[in-house]
Amino acid sequence: MPGGIYECISLISERITANKDLLTELDREIGDSDHGINMARGFQAVMEKLTPEDTDIGATLKKAGMTLLSKVGGASGPLYGTAYMEAGKITAGKTELTPEDMKAVFEAAIAGIQKRGKAVEGEKTMLDAIIPASTAFSRRLYEGADMAGALDAACEAAREGVEYTKTIIATKGRASYLGERSIGHQDPGATSAMITLEAIRDYIKGK
Amino acid sequence: MVGIVIVSHSWKIAEGVCDLAREMAQGIEGLIPAGGLEDGSTGTDAQRIADAIVEADSGDGVVILADIGSAIMSAEAAIELLEDEGREINAVIADAPIVEGAVCAVVEAAGGGSVDAVLSAAEESREANKL
Ligand SMILES: Nc1ncnc2c1ncn2[C@@H]1O[C@H](COP(=O)(O)OP(=O)(O)O)[C@@H](O)[C@H]1O
Ligand SMILES: [Mg+2]
Repeated sequence: MPGGIYECISLISERITANKDLLTELDREIGDSDHGINMARGFQAVMEKLTPEDTDIGATLKKAGMTLLSKVGGASGPLYGTAYMEAGKITAGKTELTPEDMKAVFEAAIAGIQKRGKAVEGEKTMLDAIIPASTAFSRRLYEGADMAGALDAACEAAREGVEYTKTIIATKGRASYLGERSIGHQDPGATSAMITLEAIRDYIKGK
Repeated sequence: MVGIVIVSHSWKIAEGVCDLAREMAQGIEGLIPAGGLEDGSTGTDAQRIADAIVEADSGDGVVILADIGSAIMSAEAAIELLEDEGREINAVIADAPIVEGAVCAVVEAAGGGSVDAVLSAAEESREANKL
């Protein structure tokens, strides 16, 4: 990845904020109507903490993660917060990421989300977007794609993952209280994860 | 004395539970609420919980009681934040309801119980029948 972690997180923040109402609406169906509010509040706080001088990817991800842990408020706070912090640990001191680094970022983020939330694939969570995206990214890389190509594959897999969440019952998080009634609705956290990945891809392509 | 932190999505609940539990042990120190977000909205904030753990600890460790959903995840994240900072605080999360658990924990802590004893007292509150 070319430099510019500040610009990349800015774009994620912009996209999350632009989709605030959609995310909140999705959470109204199977949760407590706050996912968009939570995420937008978290990223607003992140953007208040970061400056264009933040160029060390690891340190910046850590700063962003700590802010999300504190400001998001809902389950997505400790989950995304831990994901960013774990990704920050393996990118400390770097100002650019190779595709291999990006693969490691995916894996660290997933490990962080699983350490915190103890969910696996198929439980109707953000993992249903991120895990297939990570797998597709690695596979496409292995097949010889560059960063942008591999991220395209990751976003496509994330989109399919979001669609898949409509077909399954939630067994983690607030939506699990709904049981069978959670079927037919797409998971808000999987949707925000897809939006995040698309922002990263668009940032890379826009460079 | 073992410290106790009450984590809730709502600052009113966290403070109310502390008020109630404090009546069982007048003058108890180290019973600290960590409710809601800094701006007063509902939710849990790992940094706020970490600060409460530091405030509650007198060197003997801290037992944390947390309400629903993300409260446990935020409490776990708070413990890790303190570990990452290199602080050595024996902080543990009780698998217990916060109101009953807090009352039992406070009584045990005020009586000089260890972290393990306070944790057990909180967790045993689950067994108490109400009817
Ligand atoms: N244990 C978990 N593991 C992974 N993701 C989870 C878990 N619990 C909840 N989520 C994700 O968090 C999203 C809800 O976030 P949010 O509405 O901000 O929090 P809350 O549920 O506390 O209101 C869900 O859509 C789901 O994707
Ligand atoms: Mg919610």
